[in-house]
Amino acid sequence: MNLLSVSNLNVNFKMKKQELAALIDVSFTLNRGERIAIVGESGAGKSILGFSIVNLISKPGYIKSGSIKLENKELTKMNLRQLQEIRGKRIAMIFQDPMMTLNPVLTIGDQLVETIRSHTKITYKDARNIAIEKLHNVQIASPETRFDQYPHELSGGMRQRVIIASVLLLNPDIIIADEPTTALDVTIQAEILQLLLAICRDNGVALVLISHDLGVVSKVAERTLVMYAGHIVEEGPTLEIINDPQHPYTQGLLNALPQMTLPGQRLNQIQGSMPSLTERPTGCAFHPRCPYATEKCQQEQPSFIHSGVSSVACFLVEDMVNDFANQDEEDR
Amino acid sequence: MLIFLLRRLVQACFVMIIISVISFAIQDKLGDPVQQMVSMAVSSDEREQLREQLGLNDSFLNQYWRFAKGAIQGDLGTSYHYKEPALDVILKKLPATLELVFCAILLIIIVATPCGVLAAIKPKHPVSRLLMIISSIGLSVPIFIIAIFMVYLFSVEWNIAPSFGRGETTEILGLWDSGIFTKDGLSHLLLPSLSLAIALMPIFVRLIRAEMMDVLQSEYIRFAWSKGLSAKRIYFIHALKNTMLPVITVGGIQAGTLVAYTILTETIFQWPGMGFLFMDAVSRVDTPLVAAYLIVVGGMFVITNTVVDLIYGLVNPTVRLASHGL
Repeated sequence: MNLLSVSNLNVNFKMKKQELAALIDVSFTLNRGERIAIVGESGAGKSILGFSIVNLISKPGYIKSGSIKLENKELTKMNLRQLQEIRGKRIAMIFQDPMMTLNPVLTIGDQLVETIRSHTKITYKDARNIAIEKLHNVQIASPETRFDQYPHELSGGMRQRVIIASVLLLNPDIIIADEPTTALDVTIQAEILQLLLAICRDNGVALVLISHDLGVVSKVAERTLVMYAGHIVEEGPTLEIINDPQHPYTQGLLNALPQMTLPGQRLNQIQGSMPSLTERPTGCAFHPRCPYATEKCQQEQPSFIHSGVSSVACFLVEDMVNDFANQDEEDR
Repeated sequence: MLIFLLRRLVQACFVMIIISVISFAIQDKLGDPVQQMVSMAVSSDEREQLREQLGLNDSFLNQYWRFAKGAIQGDLGTSYHYKEPALDVILKKLPATLELVFCAILLIIIVATPCGVLAAIKPKHPVSRLLMIISSIGLSVPIFIIAIFMVYLFSVEWNIAPSFGRGETTEILGLWDSGIFTKDGLSHLLLPSLSLAIALMPIFVRLIRAEMMDVLQSEYIRFAWSKGLSAKRIYFIHALKNTMLPVITVGGIQAGTLVAYTILTETIFQWPGMGFLFMDAVSRVDTPLVAAYLIVVGGMFVITNTVVDLIYGLVNPTVRLASHGL
């Protein structure tokens, strides 16, 4: 059984006059110990997807329909109390900016111990020991001292380590990391990423990494979902997606990597920008920016088709696959 | 910590000097105290003599110098009316006012905090909406109207609580006349402290609500939710502590305002405190008493603000008192 399965998830924002769709028919699965990545530009809905898994979408967003199953438990139907048992204990989250994630008026120790104590009946002393052990695991020097310090006494990288330690406290099954290295210094990014990878691998924790950095993704994730304007447009093994991108959007993203341009030349970019929630185009949401767009793309929404080991939502790919199939038939 | 207190002391000296100049200047302009002190039958020659005796004919600077010299030694002049040292007269009335202010602050904390928190957590709840409406009414209706209305309702119509005086008091350690240890004293305290509290309650409800709503939007609150903490812990440990930081600062300034409001409240409820005394002193042109009042109240301002800064330093770990500016 899949550890986590999201199917046909629709998330809307309820505005005064209209409903805006932030996620449209999103489906994916996650196996125990598997590491997947969700990539896309800002505004694609990656973070909303991450937050909606534990039902933490900020208002006025809400889950309109679809199902999110953790093993056989339906998360979308749970009340707050049931969700609180899942959050932190089975699914933990790492946020983007470590400078904003820890409460400035509580000590590191307070914030670690409270997590343990709100899920398990345990004495303060035992909880403290666990917390210090986890701080040690994320390579924080002199954890006993750090335990009594306040967040402002720690550097950004150190704080992200504390946050990683805090999500490890209860040995969760899934860690959702929303751009965990974006706010950090480039030199520290690699360290934190290494740490995250090692921790997931050693403890058999499944990881959902949300990122816009394909370089980061390629080092960590086994499978990648590419999102555009609330849709998943391509899904497949990370290597496959990087070496042989099928959707024009994924191709554009890869082309925009600085490594793809010779020194001294202008960096590649995808023409135009991500449409805002209020002005989503009809048909395939990517068609206004797509170099291969046809009339069909403007009117109809492409559905997911399998192409090799990946799945893609694009008429161009669909036509190619169909042509291949027809050729096969004729040859026979 | 010590450096902080020393700095504060120097600062307080400056403030007190400025207050003393202002209050002394007022003294000079309030009118002729002699007129109030003697009867109609006294001749103008004798009046002039009295004026000379009191030193009222000296130059302003001379008079101020005399006043300041005395003030440093704790002598703020002699009340014309009571014929006693002005400071003693004031300090005798201090306990009554402090008790009133203290009860009002207590009421504000007890009532405004839960109201503000509720209004922030459930902004669309009918009770929250009602609170917002009441608080905007409270902000716009002057305190003396509310106080008079309360006297009418509670004392005249329903006869629940007395409307004037302090009632029975007990003496503590021979220094402090207290009304909070007897039932009668407490019932007398009810209306004045309530009306004083109502004067500032709306501001605090709105302030706490606005700050808390702000805090609830922050990333660390979201992170706290993602850790699966209980709503109680998130609201009252994670959010409330951060909410209270700016509230403490504003509260310190407002505590001074509260002392100013006592002039109104004490006059309406005939509360034998400093504010009531001050109004009397003004109408009698008892200038040393007026000046002494201003200086004592100025001193209270300085002390409360220092205490507030100390509390702020305790609550907010990012503030180190030694390096705290000025």
